[in-house]
Amino acid sequence: MPRTTVYEAVTQRLEILDLDGQVDAELMPELDPNRIIEFYRNMVLMRAFDNKALKLQRQGRMGTWPPIQGQEAIQVATAMAMEESDWLIPAFREQAVMVLRGIPGHVIYAYWAGDERGSAFPDGVRCFPIAVPVGSQWQHGAGVGLSLKLRGEQAAAVVFGGDGSTSEGDFHEGVNAAGVFKTNTVFVIQNNQWAISVPLSKQTASETLAQKAHAYGVPGIQVDGNDIFAVHVAVTEALERARAGGGPTLIEAETYRLGDHTTADDASRYRSEEEVEQWRVKDPIPRLRKYLEANGLWDDEREKSLEDEAREWVDAQVEALEAMPPQPPEAIFEYMYDEMPPHLEEQMAALKAEVEG
Amino acid sequence: MSGATQRLTIAQAVRDAMRDEMRLDPTVLVLGEDVGVDGGVFRATDGLIEEFGPERVIDTPLAESGIIGLSVGLAATGFRPVAEIQFMGFVYPAINQLFSHAARMRNRTRGRMTTPMVVRMPYGGGIHPPEHHSESYESLFLNTPGFKVVVPSNPYDAKGLLISAIRSNDPVLFMEPKRIYRAFREEVPDEAYTVPLGSASIAHTGDDVSLIAWGAMTRVCHDAAEVLAVQGISAEVVDLRSLNPLDRDTIIGSVVKTGRAVVVHEAPKTNGFGAEIIAQINEHALMHLEAPVQRVCGFDTVFPLAHLEKLYLPNRDRVVAAAKKTMEY
Repeated sequence: MPRTTVYEAVTQRLEILDLDGQVDAELMPELDPNRIIEFYRNMVLMRAFDNKALKLQRQGRMGTWPPIQGQEAIQVATAMAMEESDWLIPAFREQAVMVLRGIPGHVIYAYWAGDERGSAFPDGVRCFPIAVPVGSQWQHGAGVGLSLKLRGEQAAAVVFGGDGSTSEGDFHEGVNAAGVFKTNTVFVIQNNQWAISVPLSKQTASETLAQKAHAYGVPGIQVDGNDIFAVHVAVTEALERARAGGGPTLIEAETYRLGDHTTADDASRYRSEEEVEQWRVKDPIPRLRKYLEANGLWDDEREKSLEDEAREWVDAQVEALEAMPPQPPEAIFEYMYDEMPPHLEEQMAALKAEVEG
Repeated sequence: MSGATQRLTIAQAVRDAMRDEMRLDPTVLVLGEDVGVDGGVFRATDGLIEEFGPERVIDTPLAESGIIGLSVGLAATGFRPVAEIQFMGFVYPAINQLFSHAARMRNRTRGRMTTPMVVRMPYGGGIHPPEHHSESYESLFLNTPGFKVVVPSNPYDAKGLLISAIRSNDPVLFMEPKRIYRAFREEVPDEAYTVPLGSASIAHTGDDVSLIAWGAMTRVCHDAAEVLAVQGISAEVVDLRSLNPLDRDTIIGSVVKTGRAVVVHEAPKTNGFGAEIIAQINEHALMHLEAPVQRVCGFDTVFPLAHLEKLYLPNRDRVVAAAKKTMEY
């Protein structure tokens, strides 16, 4: 008996916008110029939001913060492609998607400043709380996607994670189950090359993360994650497929974490400045600005006005954060169960008595 | 309300609870390994897929973390999943999903999102199975706030407690004593009814010593009470039914009455839930005690394979001996 080929696969990569702001005309999607300006505006706002948090952290006004610098294109394009009826299931470096989905910036700040109200999102915002246990959220993406499918909702679950989290068993279990049940799920890997100090080459022997989709019988694609047009196209396709009941998609968005893992990390311990510089030239924000300028959609005056807007908006978030009244001691106990059991009533009363002296 | 009853085993009562709730509430789903066509390895989901179809009785891939991860996603978005972990000894891969997500969702979102889900897990020894099929891990879950932990010991309670668990807005771990899944039958109402969570029952009334247990060990305590009665010792059997929330009033009421107590569980003795019960008795009934509280528990060892499991499991004679020790103190 001969050996036969039982399976062959090809994984595609999508790039549309080059480093000089030129687009591939054949691949460029039809987009209203105002929408492209909105892409840019949101990326600038989100970077300002991130930079402010880093400053606050150095001033002792913020806890540990995971910077997103360099990863704005993935998050802005995804958030703007999503509808209100879609669910977002973030990992822990998705502040930009979360804010653009309708969670007030100061609420996100509150989470990282150490306040549980930072995961109390406004009514109607379909968003899971931040998932710190790495990779665990992939499963929720499958579960929410199944939920939407079972209810016949024309909506998608968009779940995010990093390159490191694809090494977790939960990634395998989540994408696998999504494939089996053809759930309404879009899996977005923000491959920023580093899981704290461990590079992608030590996470997997796979040449890409996108190709892992083949093993689950799920469509997969790699995109230049610093190219907002490429992300827009891939995410829009995946969302449409999911909402129409066509099953899940795995998107690997290749990007780079220009900052540290968190404010508790020092990336210079494990990677060279030369490497960072190679990626800095691929920064998604200047790339899109070049496109806008080349197409007469942007100038210095508009840039100045956007900078002012960003500063004012970010300052307003800080003001709102710092105006939040403190949580009372009862807040430790109140949300553990639907009805507080007697032993918690006792513990709460004891703490209250202690605090009130 | 027909008032009709049937004589059912625990396994059948568990099945009926799910069936009744699925009929009443379209958001109730069952998922797990082999729960569909096979009806579960213990037949606890027998017939459900025929009545409700594969969209509500879902055979999942063989992945415990996945079963719970899917359940978290379903529960947080409007369903009431009843997940089955085939044996409690296999729950470890799901611990991250249970501890880090299911148990914390309400608290971390300040009540905005909840995970109303039930995780059914056959637990405990006595059926001569292969390795990893006999464990009782309740202590893990009782030291992790956010769950309710429920353990029935008879068919009537099994149905009523499981219906309460499914209707609960909190995640509930429902431990099923597989050793007595089919050991006996009881009259169980056909209609849906609830047994409240957080309420123990006095399964057998007595005056001299309180035998405190849950699940399969309640039966062992009944047997011990019969032997003790012949010897002139009146034992009260307290069936906790719910370990969290714990019905402390019933425990303390019984111990205040008898002045003596024996706590019985299959899990290892050291750091087992019996230690917590004794601490509660010490805090609330110390001056009523006539003797130190005794424990009859599993040994602090790996649960042995079939040949030795009989020696490991707490039995009637050990409970009788412990009760007599409290009498003779």
